[in-house]
Amino acid sequence: MLKRFKIFTVITVLSMVFLTNTNADEKYTANECFEKFSRGTLKFNQGLDKAIFKPIAKGYRVLPQPIRTGTNNFVSNLRSLLSFSNNVLQGDLKSAGNTAGRFAINTTVGILGVFDPASKMGFEKKSREDFGQTLGVWGTGPGCYFVLPVLGPTTTRDAAGLIGNVFVDPVYHLTHNSETDIIVGNENLSEHNYYYYRGTDAVDFRSKNIESFESLEENSIDFYASLKSLYLQNRQQRILNSPISNRDSEDSDWEEIDNQ
Amino acid sequence: MKRIFLSFLIFLVGSFLVQTKAISYSSDPESFISEVIDEAKVILSSSSSSEEKADKLSLIALKIVDIKGLAYYTLGKKRKELTPEQLKKYEDLFEKYFLKSFTSRLTDYSDPKISVLSSEVVNNKYTIVKTMLLKTDKKPEVKIDWRVYTKDPDNPLIRDLIIEGLSLARTQKEEFASVLSTNNNDINALFSTLEKFVNK
Repeated sequence: MLKRFKIFTVITVLSMVFLTNTNADEKYTANECFEKFSRGTLKFNQGLDKAIFKPIAKGYRVLPQPIRTGTNNFVSNLRSLLSFSNNVLQGDLKSAGNTAGRFAINTTVGILGVFDPASKMGFEKKSREDFGQTLGVWGTGPGCYFVLPVLGPTTTRDAAGLIGNVFVDPVYHLTHNSETDIIVGNENLSEHNYYYYRGTDAVDFRSKNIESFESLEENSIDFYASLKSLYLQNRQQRILNSPISNRDSEDSDWEEIDNQ
Repeated sequence: MKRIFLSFLIFLVGSFLVQTKAISYSSDPESFISEVIDEAKVILSSSSSSEEKADKLSLIALKIVDIKGLAYYTLGKKRKELTPEQLKKYEDLFEKYFLKSFTSRLTDYSDPKISVLSSEVVNNKYTIVKTMLLKTDKKPEVKIDWRVYTKDPDNPLIRDLIIEGLSLARTQKEEFASVLSTNNNDINALFSTLEKFVNK
């Protein structure tokens, strides 16, 4: 436990020391780490997606709507525990309360999270939080951008966040800690269940975005650049917890065009 | 002769009235977007072929989107380095690229259900109109914000679509910048990429 805490602290401190940007303009942009490698990796991922993930997502979509909704609710409920940890780490106690309330209601009244009565009771479903976002909230810049095999687009900060997630995700600890198995005495909490849950979450996400990805691939003149832009914008708005639409109106380029 | 003249006059006035109705949109940004959505819905849910739908949607886009402004914005600072001939060529190519990309994205939806939720005046030049593309059996609901340029209050124009918080204009701009940077900042490389896209 102490060893894990030490590793977590080292990752956090290193990220904050090496990636903190003082320049507000640079806080949300990311230069390329190794573009050639990333472009190659993206091609590999597209091949993998075409051969494996997309067919699985299409198959998943054939399932009746109530089953897909229930599955989505179930994994979202488990995933909310990671959001809760990060709500707390970000000092966003209001959201932490909301997330905890949702989890308590959906796990009990909603039968282990299969149903979502919390939304009907006024507990708003908010966007997911992860440790990469937490580092961003703490002032860490994105570092550079690259594409990971299988996992896709990321930045130095978000890659550090992926590792950090492991330390702050209660579901990971419940499934990977042998002490928990002894206490709970439940075989179902073994490690592979964690990966089933993460895999199901990924398939559910992919199944909802089949057409969007196809449209993006078809209508991009540089798919790699489109994906990079969308990824960085998405991370920016998730860290700020607000859409970027209003801020963009201040873009100096539009000002110049208007004054031409 | 008199009857022919009268028929011609009626046809002329009728055509004018039909056309005026077709091209006049409300100056209120929220109503403007509502009207645009309704017009697009009629086209998308019609039994016309994809090509016919694309042609009709293109005609609407030419009236409601600030395509020239978007072309300049998308090119970024590079536009200042172009000769007038290059700029003209770019504007023409961009318009074709934009219309193809725009209509191709839309024709995927045969019967879109979009609700206009609210609007927010950002300043005297911009109003954000918030809408929601309702979920279907296969697709989740999608928030779509329309950034409407209102400098000329009688003639609002769309400058950006922000889908789930992600700006299409910004994505396009970064895409164009990437094409330029991977080709030694050569505008001809961008021209040929756009031509390839338009002709595919």
